[in-house]
Amino acid sequence: MEYLTASNIIFFILAAAILLFGILTVTSTKILRAATYLFFTLFSIAGLYLQLSYEFLAAVQLSVYAGGIVILIVFAILLIKGLGEDKEINLGQRRIMGLVAAIVGSFTCAITIIKFGFMPEYEIATEMAKSVDMKLIGTTLMGTEKFEYLLPFEAASILLLACIVGSIAIATKSKEVNK
Amino acid sequence: MNIPVEAYFILSTLLFFIGVYGFVARKNLISILMSVELVLNAANINFVVANRFLYPEFMEGHIYSLFVIAIAAAETAVAISIIINVYRQKRNIDAKSINELKY
Repeated sequence: MEYLTASNIIFFILAAAILLFGILTVTSTKILRAATYLFFTLFSIAGLYLQLSYEFLAAVQLSVYAGGIVILIVFAILLIKGLGEDKEINLGQRRIMGLVAAIVGSFTCAITIIKFGFMPEYEIATEMAKSVDMKLIGTTLMGTEKFEYLLPFEAASILLLACIVGSIAIATKSKEVNK
Repeated sequence: MNIPVEAYFILSTLLFFIGVYGFVARKNLISILMSVELVLNAANINFVVANRFLYPEFMEGHIYSLFVIAIAAAETAVAISIIINVYRQKRNIDAKSINELKY
């Protein structure tokens, strides 16, 4: 019964939700439902970050992934006609190939992880884990010292600008396509 | 009795290979995009758990996952604009129908 502390129960519920909704995301035949299951998966992962007391990361996960990316995917699904059902989901050969790759790969990785033998002092109590100070995140992102990340931050902003320009340029209707 | 670090790593491994299965087995471009999101999230869980359990006094994993999330958002925006453009030209978004670079 010593397994049944509150944080362990929360971890098992979150892990079960992540795996269940992940499987439903890749197996659901209706693509809009798959997008909804993806939303639930991302939501549960945000819960996992909260359990590890990374509050800011959980907020970013919710606002960017659940609020931004899933909405973008749903818009794309609604814009494209005839996407109601992914009819050829039962494509035999590719499905078997995917299953074999997934099962073999996950067994290999799981056996490697279990055999590696992480030291037992890594079992920290998650309720004792300190949450990261918001001010520390700010100075780490904007500083130029060692272990501070101003340059990747600015590179990410340039990447986002390039993405805005690029997606507008790609998705703009050109005349000769429309006729 | 706390959760060992292996449990988190196995959770992220399973999520990663669920994404790999979807990437191989689905034929719709948007479904493939959703599988890629699952794979990216599995990598993010690994970063965060390694940061929290192995080096709790640093915050490199935390910052790296923030950058991964930002880049995933950018990647999704560009991918969806490409998908919409493909749909305009081909009237479907099967992965098999996109086998030529110049249309």
